[in-house]
Amino acid sequence: MDKKARAIISDPMVDNNPITKQILGICSALAITVKMEQAVVMSLALAFVLVCSNVIISLLRKGIPGKIRIIVQLTVIASLVILIDEILKAYLYDISKQLSVFVGLIITNCIIMGRAEAFAMQNNYKDAMYDGLGNAIGYGSVLIIVATFRELLGSGTLFNYAVMPASIYLENGGWYVNNGLMLLAPGAFIILGLIIWVQRTYTHYIEN
Amino acid sequence: MQHSNFYTFKFIGIITIVASLLLALASTQLKELQEFNVELDRKKNILKCIGKDVTLMNADAIMEEYKSNIRNVILKLNGDIAANIASENMESVQNKSTGQLNYFIDNVEYLPAYKSSKPEAFIIPISGKGLWSTLYGYFALEKDLNTVMGITFYKHGETPGLGGEVEKKWFQNNFVGKQIIDKSGKMVSIKVVKGKANDVLSGDGLNHGVDGISGATITSKGVSDFLKRDLLRYEPYMKNNRTN
Repeated sequence: MDKKARAIISDPMVDNNPITKQILGICSALAITVKMEQAVVMSLALAFVLVCSNVIISLLRKGIPGKIRIIVQLTVIASLVILIDEILKAYLYDISKQLSVFVGLIITNCIIMGRAEAFAMQNNYKDAMYDGLGNAIGYGSVLIIVATFRELLGSGTLFNYAVMPASIYLENGGWYVNNGLMLLAPGAFIILGLIIWVQRTYTHYIEN
Repeated sequence: MQHSNFYTFKFIGIITIVASLLLALASTQLKELQEFNVELDRKKNILKCIGKDVTLMNADAIMEEYKSNIRNVILKLNGDIAANIASENMESVQNKSTGQLNYFIDNVEYLPAYKSSKPEAFIIPISGKGLWSTLYGYFALEKDLNTVMGITFYKHGETPGLGGEVEKKWFQNNFVGKQIIDKSGKMVSIKVVKGKANDVLSGDGLNHGVDGISGATITSKGVSDFLKRDLLRYEPYMKNNRTN
Protein backbone atom coordinates (compact mmCIF):
# COMPACT_ATOMS: atom_id res chain seq x y z
CA MET A 1 0.00 0.00 0.00
CA ASP A 2 1.48 3.32 -0.97
CA LYS A 3 1.82 6.42 1.17
CA LYS A 4 -1.24 8.17 -0.24
CA ALA A 5 -3.51 5.21 0.46
CA ARG A 6 -2.23 4.98 4.01
CA ALA A 7 -2.88 8.70 4.49
CA ILE A 8 -6.46 8.30 3.17
CA ILE A 9 -7.15 5.50 5.63
CA SER A 10 -5.48 6.99 8.69
CA ASP A 11 -6.72 10.56 8.32
CA PRO A 12 -10.36 9.84 9.34
CA MET A 13 -9.26 7.74 12.31
CA VAL A 14 -8.14 10.65 14.47
CA ASP A 15 -7.43 13.96 12.70
CA ASN A 16 -10.60 13.95 10.63
CA ASN A 17 -12.70 11.52 12.62
CA PRO A 18 -16.29 11.71 11.36
CA ILE A 19 -17.78 11.65 14.85
CA THR A 20 -15.35 13.55 17.05
CA LYS A 21 -14.09 16.08 14.50
CA GLN A 22 -16.93 16.51 12.05
CA ILE A 23 -19.68 15.65 14.57
CA LEU A 24 -21.52 13.48 12.05
CA GLY A 25 -23.47 10.30 12.75
CA ILE A 26 -24.13 11.34 16.34
CA CYS A 27 -27.67 9.93 16.47
CA SER A 28 -26.57 6.34 15.99
CA ALA A 29 -23.56 6.89 18.25
CA LEU A 30 -26.01 7.78 21.02
CA ALA A 31 -28.61 5.14 20.28
CA ILE A 32 -26.73 1.88 19.94
CA THR A 33 -23.78 2.28 22.28
CA VAL A 34 -25.53 0.88 25.36
CA LYS A 35 -24.04 -2.57 24.74
CA MET A 36 -20.70 -3.53 23.14
CA GLU A 37 -22.27 -6.27 21.04
CA GLN A 38 -24.65 -3.83 19.35
CA ALA A 39 -21.89 -1.27 18.77
CA VAL A 40 -19.64 -3.85 17.09
CA VAL A 41 -22.38 -5.18 14.79
CA MET A 42 -23.48 -1.65 13.95
CA SER A 43 -19.89 -0.67 13.11
CA LEU A 44 -19.51 -3.69 10.82
CA ALA A 45 -22.84 -2.99 9.12
CA LEU A 46 -21.85 0.62 8.56
CA ALA A 47 -18.40 -0.42 7.29
CA PHE A 48 -20.02 -2.72 4.73
CA VAL A 49 -22.40 -0.03 3.49
CA LEU A 50 -19.80 2.74 3.49
CA VAL A 51 -17.10 0.80 1.61
CA CYS A 52 -19.53 -0.65 -0.95
CA SER A 53 -21.34 2.64 -1.56
CA ASN A 54 -18.06 4.51 -1.96
CA VAL A 55 -16.75 1.97 -4.48
CA ILE A 56 -20.00 1.75 -6.47
CA ILE A 57 -20.50 5.50 -6.62
CA SER A 58 -16.87 6.03 -7.56
CA LEU A 59 -17.18 3.52 -10.42
CA LEU A 60 -20.35 5.21 -11.65
CA ARG A 61 -19.15 8.77 -11.07
CA LYS A 62 -18.41 9.61 -14.70
CA GLY A 63 -21.82 8.40 -15.84
CA ILE A 64 -23.97 9.89 -13.08
CA PRO A 65 -25.90 12.90 -14.44
CA GLY A 66 -25.15 15.92 -12.23
CA LYS A 67 -28.79 16.89 -11.82
CA ILE A 68 -29.80 13.64 -10.15
CA ARG A 69 -26.56 12.64 -8.43
CA ILE A 70 -27.99 12.79 -4.90
CA ILE A 71 -30.90 10.56 -5.94
CA VAL A 72 -28.51 8.03 -7.47
CA GLN A 73 -26.32 8.07 -4.34
CA LEU A 74 -29.36 7.51 -2.13
CA THR A 75 -30.60 4.65 -4.30
CA VAL A 76 -27.24 2.90 -4.01
CA ILE A 77 -26.98 3.51 -0.25
CA ALA A 78 -30.58 2.52 0.50
CA SER A 79 -30.24 -0.71 -1.49
CA LEU A 80 -27.11 -1.66 0.42
CA VAL A 81 -28.73 -0.88 3.77
CA ILE A 82 -31.80 -2.99 2.98
CA LEU A 83 -29.46 -5.78 1.89
CA ILE A 84 -27.47 -5.74 5.15
CA ASP A 85 -30.70 -5.54 7.16
CA GLU A 86 -32.02 -8.67 5.42
CA ILE A 87 -28.73 -10.47 6.00
CA LEU A 88 -28.69 -9.59 9.70
CA LYS A 89 -32.28 -10.81 10.08
CA ALA A 90 -31.32 -14.10 8.47
CA TYR A 91 -28.00 -14.80 10.18
CA LEU A 92 -27.81 -12.67 13.37
CA TYR A 93 -31.46 -12.54 14.38
CA ASP A 94 -30.97 -11.78 18.09
CA ILE A 95 -28.71 -8.82 17.45
CA SER A 96 -30.83 -7.51 14.61
CA LYS A 97 -33.77 -7.54 17.04
CA GLN A 98 -31.83 -5.31 19.42
CA LEU A 99 -30.58 -2.94 16.73
CA SER A 100 -34.17 -2.72 15.40
CA VAL A 101 -34.69 0.48 13.42
CA PHE A 102 -31.11 1.69 13.64
CA VAL A 103 -29.88 -0.57 10.84
CA GLY A 104 -32.49 1.00 8.56
CA LEU A 105 -31.40 4.42 9.73
CA ILE A 106 -27.90 3.87 8.32
CA ILE A 107 -29.51 5.23 5.14
CA THR A 108 -29.72 8.65 6.75
CA ASN A 109 -26.30 8.43 8.40
CA CYS A 110 -24.64 11.66 7.29
CA ILE A 111 -21.21 10.01 7.14
CA ILE A 112 -22.19 7.82 4.19
CA MET A 113 -23.89 10.57 2.17
CA GLY A 114 -21.02 12.89 3.10
CA ARG A 115 -18.31 10.53 1.87
CA ALA A 116 -20.23 9.71 -1.30
CA GLU A 117 -20.70 13.36 -2.23
CA ALA A 118 -17.36 14.71 -0.97
CA PHE A 119 -14.97 11.89 -1.86
CA ALA A 120 -16.34 9.10 -4.04
CA MET A 121 -17.67 11.51 -6.70
CA GLN A 122 -14.14 12.86 -7.33
CA ASN A 123 -11.80 9.92 -6.78
CA ASN A 124 -11.03 6.54 -8.30
CA TYR A 125 -12.53 3.42 -6.80
CA LYS A 126 -9.39 2.31 -4.97
CA ASP A 127 -9.00 5.57 -3.09
CA ALA A 128 -12.75 5.60 -2.45
CA MET A 129 -12.49 2.16 -0.91
CA TYR A 130 -9.63 3.27 1.36
CA ASP A 131 -11.60 6.37 2.31
CA GLY A 132 -14.65 4.27 3.18
CA LEU A 133 -12.55 1.89 5.22
CA GLY A 134 -10.83 4.71 7.09
CA ASN A 135 -14.08 6.46 7.93
CA ALA A 136 -15.71 3.19 8.99
CA ILE A 137 -12.82 2.49 11.35
CA GLY A 138 -12.96 6.06 12.66
CA TYR A 139 -16.70 5.74 13.30
CA GLY A 140 -16.49 2.23 14.69
CA SER A 141 -13.66 2.96 17.09
CA VAL A 142 -15.52 5.89 18.65
CA LEU A 143 -18.67 3.77 18.92
CA ILE A 144 -16.78 0.99 20.63
CA ILE A 145 -15.00 3.34 23.06
CA VAL A 146 -18.33 4.95 24.04
CA ALA A 147 -20.00 1.54 24.35
CA THR A 148 -17.18 0.22 26.56
CA PHE A 149 -17.76 3.00 29.10
CA ARG A 150 -21.54 2.81 28.89
CA GLU A 151 -21.83 -0.95 29.27
CA LEU A 152 -19.18 -1.14 32.00
CA LEU A 153 -20.55 1.72 34.09
CA GLY A 154 -24.23 1.27 33.25
CA SER A 155 -24.62 -2.51 33.39
CA GLY A 156 -21.35 -3.72 34.96
CA THR A 157 -20.77 -6.04 32.00
CA LEU A 158 -18.73 -6.22 28.77
CA PHE A 159 -20.16 -8.23 25.87
CA ASN A 160 -22.81 -9.34 28.41
CA TYR A 161 -20.21 -10.94 30.70
CA ALA A 162 -20.25 -9.64 34.26
CA VAL A 163 -17.02 -7.72 34.82
CA MET A 164 -17.81 -5.98 38.09
CA PRO A 165 -17.47 -8.43 41.01
CA ALA A 166 -20.94 -9.34 42.28
CA SER A 167 -19.94 -8.79 45.92
CA ILE A 168 -19.50 -5.02 45.58
CA TYR A 169 -23.15 -4.45 44.63
CA LEU A 170 -25.49 -2.89 47.15
CA GLU A 171 -28.00 -5.73 46.99
CA ASN A 172 -25.23 -8.20 47.94
CA GLY A 173 -24.05 -6.13 50.89
CA GLY A 174 -21.56 -3.95 49.00
CA TRP A 175 -21.63 -0.25 48.21
CA TYR A 176 -21.85 -0.10 44.40
CA VAL A 177 -24.84 0.64 42.18
CA ASN A 178 -24.78 0.68 38.36
CA ASN A 179 -25.01 4.19 36.93
CA GLY A 180 -28.42 4.44 35.28
CA LEU A 181 -27.47 7.68 33.51
CA MET A 182 -25.04 5.75 31.31
CA LEU A 183 -27.94 3.78 29.84
CA LEU A 184 -29.70 6.91 28.65
CA ALA A 185 -28.76 9.26 25.81
CA PRO A 186 -27.31 11.96 28.15
CA GLY A 187 -24.74 9.42 29.36
CA ALA A 188 -23.55 8.97 25.78
CA PHE A 189 -23.38 12.75 25.30
CA ILE A 190 -21.16 13.11 28.36
CA ILE A 191 -18.81 10.29 27.31
CA LEU A 192 -18.65 11.60 23.75
CA GLY A 193 -17.93 15.14 25.01
CA LEU A 194 -15.08 13.84 27.15
CA ILE A 195 -13.61 11.88 24.22
CA ILE A 196 -13.74 14.98 22.01
CA TRP A 197 -12.08 17.01 24.78
CA VAL A 198 -9.26 14.49 25.18
CA GLN A 199 -8.77 14.22 21.43
CA ARG A 200 -8.63 17.97 20.89
CA THR A 201 -6.20 18.45 23.75
CA TYR A 202 -4.01 15.84 22.11
CA THR A 203 -4.24 17.13 18.51
CA HIS A 204 -4.25 20.85 19.48
CA TYR A 205 -7.23 21.37 17.15
CA ILE A 206 -9.08 24.65 17.66
CA GLU A 207 -12.39 25.34 15.97
CA ASN A 208 -12.58 28.78 14.43
CA MET B 1 -20.96 17.82 -17.65
CA GLN B 2 -24.46 18.38 -18.99
CA HIS B 3 -26.41 15.26 -19.97
CA SER B 4 -29.54 15.10 -22.07
CA ASN B 5 -32.88 14.38 -20.41
CA PHE B 6 -33.08 11.08 -22.22
CA TYR B 7 -29.72 10.01 -20.82
CA THR B 8 -30.82 10.98 -17.31
CA PHE B 9 -33.98 8.90 -17.55
CA LYS B 10 -32.12 5.97 -19.03
CA PHE B 11 -29.48 6.11 -16.31
CA ILE B 12 -31.87 6.25 -13.37
CA GLY B 13 -34.01 3.56 -15.00
CA ILE B 14 -31.11 1.14 -15.20
CA ILE B 15 -29.97 1.91 -11.63
CA THR B 16 -33.48 1.35 -10.29
CA ILE B 17 -33.96 -1.93 -12.12
CA VAL B 18 -30.58 -3.31 -11.06
CA ALA B 19 -31.13 -2.29 -7.42
CA SER B 20 -34.63 -3.73 -7.24
CA LEU B 21 -33.60 -7.00 -8.89
CA LEU B 22 -30.77 -7.38 -6.41
CA LEU B 23 -33.03 -6.70 -3.42
CA ALA B 24 -35.79 -8.96 -4.68
CA LEU B 25 -33.25 -11.73 -5.10
CA ALA B 26 -31.82 -11.24 -1.58
CA SER B 27 -35.27 -11.05 -0.06
CA THR B 28 -36.54 -14.26 -1.66
CA GLN B 29 -33.32 -16.13 -0.94
CA LEU B 30 -33.23 -15.16 2.73
CA LYS B 31 -36.95 -15.28 3.47
CA GLU B 32 -37.02 -18.91 4.55
CA LEU B 33 -34.14 -18.41 6.96
CA GLN B 34 -35.73 -15.27 8.40
CA GLU B 35 -39.09 -16.92 9.00
CA PHE B 36 -37.30 -19.83 10.59
CA ASN B 37 -35.54 -17.40 12.94
CA VAL B 38 -38.80 -15.75 14.00
CA GLU B 39 -40.39 -19.13 14.66
CA LEU B 40 -37.30 -20.38 16.48
CA ASP B 41 -37.28 -17.30 18.69
CA ARG B 42 -40.94 -17.85 19.58
CA LYS B 43 -40.34 -21.50 20.47
CA LYS B 44 -37.23 -20.62 22.43
CA ASN B 45 -39.25 -18.23 24.55
CA ILE B 46 -42.01 -20.74 25.22
CA LEU B 47 -39.38 -23.21 26.44
CA LYS B 48 -37.68 -20.50 28.46
CA CYS B 49 -40.83 -19.65 30.34
CA ILE B 50 -41.30 -23.23 31.55
CA GLY B 51 -37.82 -23.03 33.04
CA LYS B 52 -35.71 -24.69 30.34
CA ASP B 53 -32.22 -23.28 29.92
CA VAL B 54 -32.13 -22.45 26.21
CA THR B 55 -28.96 -20.34 26.14
CA LEU B 56 -26.73 -23.30 25.26
CA MET B 57 -29.20 -25.15 23.02
CA ASN B 58 -28.73 -24.96 19.27
CA ALA B 59 -31.57 -24.55 16.79
CA ASP B 60 -32.09 -28.29 16.24
CA ALA B 61 -32.19 -29.02 19.96
CA ILE B 62 -34.79 -26.29 20.49
CA MET B 63 -36.99 -27.54 17.65
CA GLU B 64 -36.70 -31.12 18.90
CA GLU B 65 -37.46 -30.21 22.50
CA TYR B 66 -40.43 -28.12 21.43
CA LYS B 67 -41.83 -30.83 19.19
CA SER B 68 -41.62 -33.53 21.83
CA ASN B 69 -42.86 -31.42 24.71
CA ILE B 70 -45.22 -28.64 23.67
CA ARG B 71 -48.60 -28.89 22.02
CA ASN B 72 -51.10 -26.24 20.95
CA VAL B 73 -54.45 -25.92 22.66
CA ILE B 74 -57.22 -23.77 21.21
CA LEU B 75 -59.83 -22.56 23.68
CA LYS B 76 -63.26 -21.10 23.16
CA LEU B 77 -64.02 -17.85 24.96
CA ASN B 78 -66.22 -19.70 27.48
CA GLY B 79 -63.25 -21.83 28.49
CA ASP B 80 -64.07 -25.04 26.62
CA ILE B 81 -61.41 -26.67 24.51
CA ALA B 82 -62.12 -26.24 20.82
CA ALA B 83 -61.40 -29.63 19.32
CA ASN B 84 -60.87 -30.35 15.62
CA ILE B 85 -60.02 -26.83 14.65
CA ALA B 86 -57.31 -25.85 12.20
CA SER B 87 -54.99 -23.55 14.09
CA GLU B 88 -53.03 -22.72 10.92
CA ASN B 89 -55.77 -20.33 9.84
CA MET B 90 -55.58 -18.32 13.03
CA GLU B 91 -55.24 -14.59 12.52
CA SER B 92 -54.32 -12.11 15.19
CA VAL B 93 -55.73 -8.61 15.43
CA GLN B 94 -54.11 -6.10 17.70
CA ASN B 95 -55.88 -3.46 19.74
CA LYS B 96 -53.72 -0.41 18.99
CA SER B 97 -54.33 1.39 22.28
CA THR B 98 -53.93 -1.50 24.73
CA GLY B 99 -51.64 -3.80 22.80
CA GLN B 100 -54.00 -6.72 23.41
CA LEU B 101 -54.01 -9.43 20.75
CA ASN B 102 -57.26 -11.08 19.77
CA TYR B 103 -57.21 -14.27 17.73
CA PHE B 104 -59.73 -15.29 15.11
CA ILE B 105 -60.41 -18.37 13.03
CA ASP B 106 -63.01 -17.74 10.33
CA ASN B 107 -64.15 -14.62 12.18
CA VAL B 108 -64.84 -16.49 15.43
CA GLU B 109 -62.68 -15.49 18.37
CA TYR B 110 -60.57 -18.13 20.10
CA LEU B 111 -57.82 -18.15 22.69
CA PRO B 112 -54.57 -19.92 21.80
CA ALA B 113 -52.57 -21.60 24.56
CA TYR B 114 -49.86 -24.22 24.93
CA LYS B 115 -49.47 -27.25 27.13
CA SER B 116 -46.16 -28.72 28.14
CA SER B 117 -45.91 -32.29 29.33
CA LYS B 118 -42.54 -32.24 31.08
CA PRO B 119 -42.80 -30.29 33.35
CA GLU B 120 -46.58 -30.14 33.21
CA ALA B 121 -47.49 -26.55 32.43
CA PHE B 122 -50.12 -24.32 30.88
CA ILE B 123 -48.72 -21.45 28.81
CA ILE B 124 -50.48 -18.37 27.47
CA PRO B 125 -49.29 -15.55 25.23
CA ILE B 126 -49.34 -12.09 26.84
CA SER B 127 -49.02 -8.66 25.28
CA GLY B 128 -49.66 -5.06 26.18
CA LYS B 129 -48.36 -1.54 26.44
CA GLY B 130 -45.37 -0.48 28.51
CA LEU B 131 -44.03 3.06 28.31
CA TRP B 132 -42.83 3.35 24.69
CA SER B 133 -43.86 0.10 23.12
CA THR B 134 -45.98 -3.01 23.13
CA LEU B 135 -44.42 -5.90 25.03
CA TYR B 136 -44.93 -9.48 23.84
CA GLY B 137 -44.26 -12.53 25.94
CA TYR B 138 -45.39 -15.82 27.43
CA PHE B 139 -46.61 -16.70 30.89
CA ALA B 140 -46.54 -20.26 32.24
CA LEU B 141 -48.49 -21.77 35.14
CA GLU B 142 -47.91 -25.09 36.87
CA LYS B 143 -50.52 -27.82 36.58
CA ASP B 144 -52.48 -26.45 39.57
CA LEU B 145 -53.15 -23.42 37.25
CA ASN B 146 -52.26 -21.18 40.15
CA THR B 147 -48.50 -21.28 40.75
CA VAL B 148 -46.35 -19.32 38.30
CA MET B 149 -43.73 -21.34 36.47
CA GLY B 150 -42.23 -18.49 34.51
CA ILE B 151 -42.61 -15.39 32.35
CA THR B 152 -40.64 -14.22 29.30
CA PHE B 153 -40.69 -11.28 26.94
CA TYR B 154 -39.50 -11.83 23.41
CA LYS B 155 -40.21 -8.45 21.88
CA HIS B 156 -40.35 -4.96 23.31
CA GLY B 157 -39.01 -1.47 22.71
CA GLU B 158 -38.52 -0.26 26.27
CA THR B 159 -35.38 1.66 27.35
CA PRO B 160 -32.48 -0.75 27.83
CA GLY B 161 -31.48 -0.82 31.48
CA LEU B 162 -34.77 0.67 32.67
CA GLY B 163 -38.01 -0.76 31.25
CA GLY B 164 -35.85 -3.11 29.20
CA GLU B 165 -35.01 -4.95 32.43
CA VAL B 166 -38.24 -6.94 31.92
CA GLU B 167 -36.19 -9.28 29.74
CA LYS B 168 -33.63 -9.86 32.50
CA LYS B 169 -33.39 -12.94 34.66
CA TRP B 170 -33.65 -11.14 38.00
CA PHE B 171 -37.03 -9.65 37.06
CA GLN B 172 -38.46 -12.81 35.51
CA ASN B 173 -37.19 -15.08 38.29
CA ASN B 174 -39.16 -13.09 40.86
CA PHE B 175 -42.39 -14.38 39.32
CA VAL B 176 -41.51 -18.04 39.77
CA GLY B 177 -43.50 -19.68 42.57
CA LYS B 178 -45.92 -16.75 43.01
CA GLN B 179 -49.66 -17.45 42.92
CA ILE B 180 -52.40 -15.86 40.85
CA ILE B 181 -55.28 -16.96 43.11
CA ASP B 182 -55.77 -15.43 46.57
CA LYS B 183 -57.10 -17.25 49.64
CA SER B 184 -60.74 -16.57 48.76
CA GLY B 185 -60.28 -18.12 45.31
CA LYS B 186 -60.26 -14.83 43.43
CA MET B 187 -57.95 -14.34 40.45
CA VAL B 188 -55.70 -11.47 41.56
CA SER B 189 -52.85 -11.99 39.08
CA ILE B 190 -49.30 -10.87 39.93
CA LYS B 191 -48.66 -7.23 40.67
CA VAL B 192 -45.40 -5.53 39.88
CA VAL B 193 -45.11 -3.15 42.83
CA LYS B 194 -43.25 0.14 43.05
CA GLY B 195 -40.05 -0.62 44.96
CA LYS B 196 -39.34 -3.90 46.72
CA ALA B 197 -42.24 -6.33 47.24
CA ASN B 198 -40.99 -7.03 50.78
CA ASP B 199 -41.32 -3.36 51.76
CA VAL B 200 -44.70 -2.72 50.17
CA LEU B 201 -46.63 -5.94 50.72
CA SER B 202 -47.20 -8.21 53.70
CA GLY B 203 -48.85 -11.53 54.48
CA ASP B 204 -50.74 -13.11 51.59
CA GLY B 205 -49.97 -10.10 49.39
CA LEU B 206 -46.37 -11.29 49.08
CA ASN B 207 -47.61 -14.34 47.18
CA HIS B 208 -49.09 -12.10 44.49
CA GLY B 209 -46.48 -9.34 44.10
CA VAL B 210 -42.95 -8.97 42.73
CA ASP B 211 -40.25 -6.26 42.91
CA GLY B 212 -40.70 -3.37 40.51
CA ILE B 213 -38.00 -1.94 38.25
CA SER B 214 -36.56 1.28 39.61
CA GLY B 215 -36.80 4.04 37.02
CA ALA B 216 -39.46 2.16 35.07
CA THR B 217 -42.69 2.71 36.97
CA ILE B 218 -44.84 2.93 33.85
CA THR B 219 -43.42 -0.24 32.32
CA SER B 220 -43.92 -2.04 35.65
CA LYS B 221 -47.51 -0.86 35.87
CA GLY B 222 -48.09 -1.83 32.24
CA VAL B 223 -46.88 -5.37 32.91
CA SER B 224 -49.18 -5.68 35.96
CA ASP B 225 -52.15 -4.41 34.00
CA PHE B 226 -51.87 -6.47 30.84
CA LEU B 227 -50.85 -9.62 32.69
CA LYS B 228 -54.04 -9.45 34.74
CA ARG B 229 -56.13 -8.57 31.68
CA ASP B 230 -54.80 -11.50 29.67
CA LEU B 231 -55.07 -13.92 32.59
CA LEU B 232 -58.72 -12.93 33.06
CA ARG B 233 -59.45 -13.96 29.47
CA TYR B 234 -58.18 -17.47 30.23
CA GLU B 235 -59.76 -17.62 33.69
CA PRO B 236 -62.96 -19.43 32.53
CA TYR B 237 -60.83 -22.34 31.29
CA MET B 238 -58.51 -22.28 34.27
CA LYS B 239 -61.40 -22.14 36.76
CA ASN B 240 -62.99 -25.27 35.25
CA ASN B 241 -59.73 -27.18 35.25
CA ARG B 242 -58.22 -26.08 38.53
CA THR B 243 -57.49 -28.94 40.90
CA ASN B 244 -57.37 -28.27 44.59
